[in-house]
Amino acid sequence: MRAIVLGAGVAGLTCAVELAERGVAVEVLERGERLGAGCCSWYAGGMLAPWCERESAEPLVATLGLESLAWWPARFPGTRLRGSLVVAHGRDTGELRQFARRTERYEWLDAGRIAALEPDLAGRFSQALYFPEEGHLDPRAALDALAGRLTALGGTIRFAAGANDCREVTLSAETAGNAVIDCRGLEARDVLHDLRGVKGEMLVVELPDVSLSRPVRVLHPRVPVYIVPRGDGHYMIGATMIESDQPTRITARSLLELLGAAYALHPAFGEAQILEIGTGVRPAFPDNLPRVSRIGGRLYVNGLYRHGFLLAPALARQAAGQVLAAGHCLEVMNADSRQRRLA
Amino acid sequence: MLRLYDAELRSRLLLGTARYPSPSILTEAVKASGAQAVTVSLRRESGGERAGQGFWSIIRDLGVRVLPNTAGCHSVKEAVTTAHMGREVFGTSWVKLEVIGEDETLQPDVFGLVEAARVLCQEGFEVFPYTTEDLIVAERLLEAGCRVLMPWGSPIGSGRGLNNLFGLKALRARFPDVPMVVDAGIGVPSHAAQAVELGFDAVLINTAVSQARDPVGMAGAFAQAVAAGRAAYEAGPMEPRDLAVPSTPVIGKAFLG
Repeated sequence: MRAIVLGAGVAGLTCAVELAERGVAVEVLERGERLGAGCCSWYAGGMLAPWCERESAEPLVATLGLESLAWWPARFPGTRLRGSLVVAHGRDTGELRQFARRTERYEWLDAGRIAALEPDLAGRFSQALYFPEEGHLDPRAALDALAGRLTALGGTIRFAAGANDCREVTLSAETAGNAVIDCRGLEARDVLHDLRGVKGEMLVVELPDVSLSRPVRVLHPRVPVYIVPRGDGHYMIGATMIESDQPTRITARSLLELLGAAYALHPAFGEAQILEIGTGVRPAFPDNLPRVSRIGGRLYVNGLYRHGFLLAPALARQAAGQVLAAGHCLEVMNADSRQRRLA
Repeated sequence: MLRLYDAELRSRLLLGTARYPSPSILTEAVKASGAQAVTVSLRRESGGERAGQGFWSIIRDLGVRVLPNTAGCHSVKEAVTTAHMGREVFGTSWVKLEVIGEDETLQPDVFGLVEAARVLCQEGFEVFPYTTEDLIVAERLLEAGCRVLMPWGSPIGSGRGLNNLFGLKALRARFPDVPMVVDAGIGVPSHAAQAVELGFDAVLINTAVSQARDPVGMAGAFAQAVAAGRAAYEAGPMEPRDLAVPSTPVIGKAFLG
């Protein structure tokens, strides 16, 4: 059996790998000239945090997200399962209590246990929430690993594939009765009309003086920020959420807010070297939940919003299941938003 | 019937559209609230080049009046520019005017507010100024051409309810005929009921609904509270007294002993 996957972001590559692992010959078409060019996965935080995400996301995100904690370590050895830490500054401790009320599988830490877990945060917070079962990864290294695994399994990725290439390849694939899985993100708006873009802005900084072993979320009523260690003293600081589908440059305000939050977490961030400022646009449906849909014989996996690396494994499994044995998964395939939320 | 400029609204609850878990939940919350007007915060970024079309079309599809908001503007110029953007995106002359004076409390800069209100009223906008309970500021805003006032309950997002009852009552009494919407600081439905019981014409809620565990359920709760508060106001509440007054007459009771 053969399959065509459109898009080499995290949704496309996880689908491709899932299919290849099940013996399908997969070809991925990517419009970018190299891995990560023009896809929002490249700018992701890479947190595998199904319980933390429950603070603002529907239960479905946590349910699907659970699968990521086993899927990634089996395919990308760089996956770290060291939990995540949630802190708030003194006057925002109300936010911490609210976060606790809306999530589960955490422990309350006092100052001593915070220091034991993250020595560089010693003395900076008197309380924190610790989600011991969560993980994180470097999205770019993870995409690389998936591309490598796909190639090893006999799959191919064609870069710089234009709209015409895609049309030709998918047409001949469909004529031959092969599956086509569309993971083009926001580009798929030509078919998925209710997709919208939510812009995100992020930074990568280098700061050898501070050592954090796990993602730290700093709660704030207006500007919640997370910092994810990327190894070698590199940190990703993210991410804003702006209702906009233009991947324009970062605004001064967003930059100030992101850096201000990092500086407030630890003043040493004032000395950090800024390696990169990135912006991407996440594809989202109106209910901010992912969707696998079959339209005109083609399968669409889209709407991963800000949960790409968390949700992609579960969606890839379901998509692969769809390709190999058609069926209906109520939770991700129902077009009615209310039913999907209750599934 | 609530009259705000040329609009007649049955519902006395206005809803903000920021910080919901998703646009779908926002849509359901607006339905559950029965609100007939919503505020929308504009960012320069999302308005330019129609970048925020996805979200704007969801707002338009709500089928209610849109009150664009100059949230987060710190200067007269910024607020005026944002008001223009709101008119362009939503095709309305309504604008909720916020000129923030201080970042910690998000307290309005009332001097900038009056100046921006004057500019916008002259340009034909129908201005809803977010102000404090200060009587003189209210007077200046009315002089500038505002025909609705939006006094705060307490700082934006604080959920502390009506912080200065004396001041709010004085404001209500001083301008009995000006429609007033209590905006900001309302945390729970009882705060909203209290504002409407005092004779305020409506309340505007955002964080208390959008950040509730179940925003749709909370929107419905606020709708009931506002309806109850208004019914109480119209029914004429009793005056509180210092001493107990038996509700059954004592005369005629048998003396035993």
